[in-house]
Amino acid sequence: MTSEVDNKDGVDGGRRHFLLVATTVTGIAGAAMTAVPFLASWKPSARAQALGAPVEQDISKLEPGAMLKVNWRGKAIFIVRRSPEMMKQLEDPQLAERLRDPKSEQSEQPKYAKNENRSLKPDVLVLVGVCTHLGCAPMSRFQPQDAQLGADWPGGFYCPCHGSKFDLSGRVFKDVPAPLNLTVPPYRFINDGVVQIGVDSEVA
Amino acid sequence: MSSTMQEKGRLGQLVDWIDARFPMTRFMKEHASEYYAPKNFNFWYYFGSLALVVLVLQIVTGIFLTMNYKPSAADAFASVEYIMRDVEWGWLIRYMHSTGASAFFIVVYLHMFRGLMYGSYKNPRELVWIFGMLIYLCLMAEAFMGYLLPWGNMSYWGAQVIVSLFGAIPGIGESLVEWIRGDYYISDITLNRFFALHVIALPLALVFLVIAHIFALHEVGSNNPDGVEIKKLKGPDGHPVDGIPFHPYYTVKDLVGLIVFAMLFAMVLFFAPEMGGYFLEHANFDPANPLQTPEHIAPVWYFTPFYAILRAVPNKLLGVALMGAAVVLFVFLPWLDRSKVKSIRYRGWLFRCFLGAFAISFISLGYLGLMPATPAYTLAARFFAVIYFAFFLLMPWYTRIDQTRPVPERVTYHSH
Amino acid sequence: MKKNFRSFVLGVAGVSALAWSVVGAAAEHGGGAMQLARNDVANVASLQRGARNYVNYCSGCHSAKYVRYSRLARDLQLSETQVEQNLMFSGERIHDTIKIAMRPEDANHWFGTTPPDLSLIARSRGADYIYSFLKSFYLDPSRPTGTNNLILPGTAMPHVLWELQGLQQAVYDGESDAEHNTVHKKFKEFELAKQGSLSPQEYDQFVRDTVNFLDYIAEPMQLERRNLGMRVLAFLIVFFLFAYFLKKEFWKDVK
Repeated sequence: MTSEVDNKDGVDGGRRHFLLVATTVTGIAGAAMTAVPFLASWKPSARAQALGAPVEQDISKLEPGAMLKVNWRGKAIFIVRRSPEMMKQLEDPQLAERLRDPKSEQSEQPKYAKNENRSLKPDVLVLVGVCTHLGCAPMSRFQPQDAQLGADWPGGFYCPCHGSKFDLSGRVFKDVPAPLNLTVPPYRFINDGVVQIGVDSEVA
Repeated sequence: MSSTMQEKGRLGQLVDWIDARFPMTRFMKEHASEYYAPKNFNFWYYFGSLALVVLVLQIVTGIFLTMNYKPSAADAFASVEYIMRDVEWGWLIRYMHSTGASAFFIVVYLHMFRGLMYGSYKNPRELVWIFGMLIYLCLMAEAFMGYLLPWGNMSYWGAQVIVSLFGAIPGIGESLVEWIRGDYYISDITLNRFFALHVIALPLALVFLVIAHIFALHEVGSNNPDGVEIKKLKGPDGHPVDGIPFHPYYTVKDLVGLIVFAMLFAMVLFFAPEMGGYFLEHANFDPANPLQTPEHIAPVWYFTPFYAILRAVPNKLLGVALMGAAVVLFVFLPWLDRSKVKSIRYRGWLFRCFLGAFAISFISLGYLGLMPATPAYTLAARFFAVIYFAFFLLMPWYTRIDQTRPVPERVTYHSH
Repeated sequence: MKKNFRSFVLGVAGVSALAWSVVGAAAEHGGGAMQLARNDVANVASLQRGARNYVNYCSGCHSAKYVRYSRLARDLQLSETQVEQNLMFSGERIHDTIKIAMRPEDANHWFGTTPPDLSLIARSRGADYIYSFLKSFYLDPSRPTGTNNLILPGTAMPHVLWELQGLQQAVYDGESDAEHNTVHKKFKEFELAKQGSLSPQEYDQFVRDTVNFLDYIAEPMQLERRNLGMRVLAFLIVFFLFAYFLKKEFWKDVK
């Protein structure tokens, strides 16, 4: 009684080997195909997608200098109507030197927000209100020359947790813990008065 | 691959490193490549490995269901529909689990029947059999608890009926029922605890019992369709002459069995997952409603033989006792069976008749348990229940006087 | 081995025959008025009509709370805009589930019971039952709604489709039972007492489409399920062949 492969007959051994390989390969393929549904079940479900669907916000009544907060995918989204004074502050040539990433090369934003204003329309700023340091919610500090933040404060956002500062386009200052500009989410305008967060604009 | 004395590849070195710290190779030899099993295993010997595969399937699909299921009375039903509709591939995982539950019992019943036919419960395999019966008991509890989880109307009422059976026990009955439920009625509290038992406690117990079952088997070696003890005749190499190493011969054969099983499983899962209302009951697509009982309350098909026995007895306590006895009697088979002969192949006509009658009774009782309890059906259930119990209770007598045939020294084997 | 295999196949065939005969029996249960729906879930046009019917006639009282509009769009081959314009009337959004405005307390007050959610009705009662139910309303002055139903006697549901079907009378055969001095009524047929806007065949189609839609929403992935099943079986057949010949090859060693 033997359990050795009967290799006396070369054809036999070859056949045995072929069948072993064929069966093993098919088995592994079958196992992989079986694994797919289990792994795929971890993708966001239809309910998650429904809850994470784009959010519309009417900004027709949003005053210059005011900010709205909206919830999208569990994150706070800041919508700011920048006033002409705020836009002026952004034009300051000396501002860029104080910023870590003035041209938004490292930070996350859609193509249409990779500009000085970091926005589609110059006066409407849309940001993800999550500090890029450790995730706290930054506070709005739009008034320049703030008592706490200094005489040279141009206006922007201030994170109370560890003191990170961002300008009126959400760009991070140097010498603060946060490494990146605030993220700009995908968004578009349904019409002049309604912005939709979560869908990219089709601007070229 | 064997390694030469001089040089070992990286893999060989890794294996040696592990083996010096953990009995990996020794274990693989002892339980697979050098575990000598009889060469005459037939169709009835597929069901052990299939049962193991179904256990793994239920655990894996169960884990993934638990990721999305919510064990509260308010959310459970909706969470099952969430799995079916919103979770990607959730429907497939759910059907695997529901089909798997019924498949488990089909496989286990066939596996047990093999034991009855070939005397696999007899000396020296009594402990294998006892572990097996403990597995069966845990499996019934596991299935019962699992069935409450979808919180459908049949889930609710099935649990209500079965739990209240314990109330028949004199004295402690009512307190016991309240203790099991954790509440005054089947509620969210009951659901949550059944969930904990179903998801972790019983699966752990099942896994340990299955390991014990296999260890006990390997300790004495497998039986075979001829009931011949192959260890009695060893060859010059020290291995039983009628034995072959489990690996590769039975690994390769069990793979074929597994694929055939998978085809039948797939046919049910993909083309008839409800199986006419037997695997997924129609009433369970209605949410649990304490104010409305389904038209026919019946347990799931795999419990119906015992349910039929319960209903056949006019007295509630006696019915519960007999239903329990119907399960427990299996445990005593190693001692009820007084024959010197193991396998049905060499037994006389008495045993064959009784076993055949038992099988027919079991199936008939199963059918009757699904039907409403009309007078005619109740009479039939009583008739078959008598045969069922006679198989066990008369066994010491008919196995002793049965005219057996001489058992051969060698197994009967034809190449295939 | 061959003998065992043959008996195994017979056993499987026998079990399948038993299972299917039961399924068939279940379909016919329910009394003389039970008819077969014969709907085809693969018929997308029928599902679209059924969706329209459901939204127009049922969704006032019956929610389908596990069904998402976006899923309907996908499975019924409609654009999201088409769904929004034709199937959504109360400011829901495309990813929402189908809810109704009627509060359960009001429903209980008006009907004595809450109209059941229809997401799974086709799986708990069966397509044939619902089909027969919707065709079995008949005039009954003793009921508060003025109608009764042969499939579900005493139903609280009014005959919402009466304008389409018209109104029918139930005609009975009287079988006099001299022994008990009573007359047993046995249902014979329906007789149309008042015409509806649809002919009987049109109404039949209307109900079939609606039932088809309910069948679909009870298990939206059923077509995908069967499709995948064919592929899985094809794979398993190939796998079986390799494994079988591998087994045969190894077992040549065993004498």
